[in-house]
Amino acid sequence: MTDTMIELDGVSKRFEKKLDIAEKIYNLIGGNLREEVVHAVDAVNLQVKDGEVVGLVGESGCGKSTLGRVVAGIHPASDGIVRFRGKDVAAMTPAEERDWALQVQMIFQDPMSSLNPRLRVRDVIGEAPLFHGLIKADEVDDYVDEMMLRVGLDPSYRRRYPHQFSGGQRQRIGIARALAVRPGFLVCDEAIAALDVSIQAQVINLFSTLREDLGLTYLFISHDLGVVEHLSDRVVIMYLGRVVEVAGTEELFEKPNHPYTIALLGEVPRIDNRGRRFMPIKGEIPSPLDPPSGCHFHPRCPHAMDRCRTEQPALKEIAPGRISACHLNDNA
Amino acid sequence: MSETMPTLQVEDLKTHFFTKGGVARAVDGVSFSIEKGEVMGLVGESGSGKTVTGFSIIGLVDPPGEVVSGRILFKGEDLATASEERMRQLRGSRVAMIFQDPMMTLNPVLRIDTQMIEAVQAHDDVDRKTAFERSRDALGQVGIPSPEERLKAYPHQFSGGMRQRVSIAIALLHQPDLIIADEPTTALDVTIQGQILFEVQKLCREKGMSLIWITHDLSVVAGLADKICVMYAGRVVEAGEISDVLDGPMHPYTRGLIGSVPSHNKRGEPLAQIPGMAPSLLSMPSGCAFHPRCPRADGRCQEVPEISAPVAKDHTVRCFHPHVEGAS
Repeated sequence: MTDTMIELDGVSKRFEKKLDIAEKIYNLIGGNLREEVVHAVDAVNLQVKDGEVVGLVGESGCGKSTLGRVVAGIHPASDGIVRFRGKDVAAMTPAEERDWALQVQMIFQDPMSSLNPRLRVRDVIGEAPLFHGLIKADEVDDYVDEMMLRVGLDPSYRRRYPHQFSGGQRQRIGIARALAVRPGFLVCDEAIAALDVSIQAQVINLFSTLREDLGLTYLFISHDLGVVEHLSDRVVIMYLGRVVEVAGTEELFEKPNHPYTIALLGEVPRIDNRGRRFMPIKGEIPSPLDPPSGCHFHPRCPHAMDRCRTEQPALKEIAPGRISACHLNDNA
Repeated sequence: MSETMPTLQVEDLKTHFFTKGGVARAVDGVSFSIEKGEVMGLVGESGSGKTVTGFSIIGLVDPPGEVVSGRILFKGEDLATASEERMRQLRGSRVAMIFQDPMMTLNPVLRIDTQMIEAVQAHDDVDRKTAFERSRDALGQVGIPSPEERLKAYPHQFSGGMRQRVSIAIALLHQPDLIIADEPTTALDVTIQGQILFEVQKLCREKGMSLIWITHDLSVVAGLADKICVMYAGRVVEAGEISDVLDGPMHPYTRGLIGSVPSHNKRGEPLAQIPGMAPSLLSMPSGCAFHPRCPRADGRCQEVPEISAPVAKDHTVRCFHPHVEGAS
């Protein structure tokens, strides 16, 4: 199967801060306040094929979580079209929309704040499939047991509350809850960032097993390149709301093209790098309220030219299946 | 100050917390030493006692916690029995600490200059102008652009990375002999983490400061530290030169940790995970605390293993069944 699971076509997401009444009055008497707009996601095209694992990487504030939420249907897109299995989600019938909402599930970073502390694990996992009629009321216990076993939890804990579990177990509950509605596509937003190293490995292995057993598709959002390299087939690098490079995992890690990708890869601490000198990229990610002109990366880029300050580089195919947005590729 | 004496020597440190639920042995017999200018990585998972070890050294363990035994020799002086007044003198001037979350350690209602000048004047009898200049130089040292203007800002006006730089600058104000850094880059982006590691490494090399870098991330320590102590459930299970430990780990837990980190050459393969999870400090397994998760455990592991004699240079392990080279 090589069908497209989800397709984003020029999707943007803007968050606007509307003027309140005092500010409007201030403007009436000659003030000059403007509405603040954050371009969290700026005209992103992305395709995720059936059964594929796509890694989405970027620094905090680059819009990767917002993009994940748009894909999962939590935020509507401001512009552009989101297609799920070829259908525009904005033009879906209610029944199709429900199917989409069930098929795409999200796993969050902080398992404590994403689980209702007042529900027992049985209800956390069993509520949604019961409500949506996937199972009957007398099957809930068996179904919850099955889900808990699948993610490596002891079913005898099903009457416990989330706070009685450790961080790694809570993350497993979150995964079981997502799996309970039989999704085809999981959006994992920094799903392992809050876990200890040995627990991270357990959860990474769980994701791999689930992929094999259930044929799941993943959008794996992370700032940890090591983890993304391990899990993904393809990697998307984002910077300040825009996609700067897309490539197969192996090619990307062997020959990164965009200067930002190169810098990012250089920063990854690895066990095999001993006593090295750290050569950091300068500066910090700029505020998305006031992004730099032209190429967003130019103030930090070692190769920045005049052209980069004025003209936004387009995403161009530089090799089959690889796209990158950098003016340097035009000279090559 | 003799050059042969280590900057810090910790001997059989025990810090216990006397809670209603029982005694939590957060640190249970930890020993290590750090020479001048050396960087040591103290690695462990949450609850392994690595932060409490750092707090014990600088004397910040609050009740119900207590340093119950052991010696903390800082340039020959025992900090475990030092008076509170003496600790006040040392803390911030000779020994400094950098915490994980700079938002919690900086006072949100005071400008940076107020906080830094106060820190200078707390230990040195200098006028405001000198203190201001020292603060400005310290900010410049950690790579904050236009330090003179930034001194007038409040902590919330800085980004996370910049705030962490400010707290590093404050730790550096008195050119301490020892800095204890407790997960200072965990909350930061990789690019910012790289910048901070770069500054810290440079300062240690240039000023001959000793550094304890507390972290759960082996790969950060790999690039930064000279030696490493791996902690599990309040004990050091393996210690040694960084390359000895990472290339030839002997303790099953260290091996498990290294196997858990995704690396270049294992892409797509399942990671070698450690089963189970770290035990609660209140219900610690008897004997070697790792034995319920250990693939090599047998009946002997019901007793607490002693620290072995050094295998390579200072490479020690606390295990009955260590992985020895050749046989794995």
